[in-house]
Amino acid sequence: MRLWLLPVASGALFIALWYGVRVYSGLQSWILPTPLEIMEAAWRERTRLLMAAGNTALGALAGFLLAGSLGFLTSLLLGASQSLRASLYPWLLVLQMTPVIVLTPIIVLWAGPGLPGIITVTWLISYFPIVANMTQGLLSTDLNLVALFRMGNASRLQEILLLRVPSAMPYYLAGLRIAATLAPIGAIFGEYMVGNSAGGTGGLGFLVYSYNTQIKIPALFATALTSCLLGFIFVAAVALLNWAVLHKWHDSFERHDH
Amino acid sequence: METPEPIVNFHSVTKRYGSGPVVLDNIDLTVCRGDFVTFIGPSGCGKSTVLKLVSGLSPWTTGSVSVLGAVPRAARDRQAFIFQDATLLPWLTTQKNAELALRLRRMPAAERTAKAREMLALVGLDRVREYYPRQLSGGMKMRVSIARALTLAPQLLLLDEPFGALDEMTRNHLNEELLALRAQSPFTAMFVTHSVAEAVFLSNRIVVMAAGPGRFHAEVAVDFGYPRRSVLRERPEFQTKVNEVSRLLHQVEEVPA
Repeated sequence: MRLWLLPVASGALFIALWYGVRVYSGLQSWILPTPLEIMEAAWRERTRLLMAAGNTALGALAGFLLAGSLGFLTSLLLGASQSLRASLYPWLLVLQMTPVIVLTPIIVLWAGPGLPGIITVTWLISYFPIVANMTQGLLSTDLNLVALFRMGNASRLQEILLLRVPSAMPYYLAGLRIAATLAPIGAIFGEYMVGNSAGGTGGLGFLVYSYNTQIKIPALFATALTSCLLGFIFVAAVALLNWAVLHKWHDSFERHDH
Repeated sequence: METPEPIVNFHSVTKRYGSGPVVLDNIDLTVCRGDFVTFIGPSGCGKSTVLKLVSGLSPWTTGSVSVLGAVPRAARDRQAFIFQDATLLPWLTTQKNAELALRLRRMPAAERTAKAREMLALVGLDRVREYYPRQLSGGMKMRVSIARALTLAPQLLLLDEPFGALDEMTRNHLNEELLALRAQSPFTAMFVTHSVAEAVFLSNRIVVMAAGPGRFHAEVAVDFGYPRRSVLRERPEFQTKVNEVSRLLHQVEEVPA
C-alpha cells in the first residue's frame, strides 16, 4: 500500500463520520454545518475570504520576516558573548512567558491599530523560537572544528561567518519552521484583537469576528479552512527553504537504501 | 652530513589542566628538522597533549617550549595540524574544504583554488572535488584533511591519531601515501598513534610514553632509510623492531597508574 493513501483514507473516513454525526444527532446547520455547506459558504464568500487572506498574509509575512531577521541578529549577539547571554536571555524568556493576549492592548496603544499592531503581535509570537534555536545552534559548533579554526589563526569574524553561522543553519531553519506555524496564528489573533478599527479591509481575524456576530457559522468554518491553507503555505515555504539550504550536505537529507 | 637543526624544544615541561592531575611530568624533547617522531603509549599518557602544546592549542604549566624558534602560537603559520577526526566542514565541497586553510589566511580565490586542486590531485581525489563530505568514505575524508594541511606547505606537521578510525588496509595505504607526500614536500612530523606497526613503518624515532603521570619511558630509533615501501612490512628486521616497541609498551602498561 502506498503511504500517501493513508492520510487520504483517514480524511475520507473523518468526513463520513462528520456526515454521520450530523444526520443522526439532528444538529442544526448553524451548529454543525456539513462539509458541503462549508464549501458552499466558502464559494459564496470567496471575494471577502480571498481579500482577508491576502491582508492576513501581508501581516503574517511582515511579522515573520521581522522575527526571522531580528531573531538571527539577536542570536549572533547572544552567541558571541556569555555575559551578554546571561544578561539578556532570562528577560527574553520573561517576554516569551507573558501571554501575548495580555500585551495586546499595550501593543495597540504603542504601535497603533491596524497593520503595525498586527505585525508587532506576529513578531512577538514567532521571535522567541527562532532566537532559542539559533542560539543553541551557535553554541553547538563541533569543538574539533573550532580547534581547526584556531590552528588556522582564524579571526573572530571568520570563525563566526565561516564556521558558527553555517553550522547553526539547521537550528535556525528549525526555529523558522516553528515560527512559520505561529506567524499566521499571530496575525489572525492580532486582527481579532486590534484589526477591527483597520477599516474595510480587515483580515481573517476580522472576518472571524464579523461572521461570529452575524452567526454565519458555515462561513466561520470556511474562514478556519482558509486560515489552515494560509498556514500550510507558510510551512511549505519554509520547508522549501530548508531543502534549498540543507539538502546538499546535511545528514537529514541523506538518502537511505531500502 | 649536515648537523640536524632542532626545531621543537621542550625543556622540563610539566602540564596540568587547571588544578587536575599532572598530565605531562618533566618532559625534555628535541625534534630536529626532517624527523618523523611518533609518540605511542597507553591512554592517558599525554601523547596528544604533547601535540597540543606544540600547536599552542593548550598552554604548558611549567618549563619552556619553543617551536621553530618562537613560542608555539607564533609558529602556527608554519605548522599544520591533522586531527583524529577529518574535521571537514560538512557544508563545503571537497574542493572548498581543501581551500579552507588558505582562505583563513586570506589568499586570493584564484590562487587558493589552484593550490587546493594541485594537492587534491596529489592525494588522488581530483574526481570528487565537487562531492560533499557525507558522500566520501572515511579514508577519502582523511585524504582531504591531509591535502588541506599540505596546501600550507608546513615545515612541521602534527598528526593526532589521524588513521585510528580506518580499517587496516586503508591505514596502510595512507601510511605509504603520507611518506610519498613527505618525499615531495619535506616536512617534519610529530605523530600520535596506538598502532606499533604504523609507528615503526612511518618514523625514524619512536617515543614510548607511560601514564600516571604522563612521561617519556623510552626512545627507539628506527633506522630503515626512506623511501619506505609496503614490502618493508614483510621484512624480518621490521618485525624485530615491532617486537621491541611492543615489549616496551608492555612494560609501561603493566605498571598500575
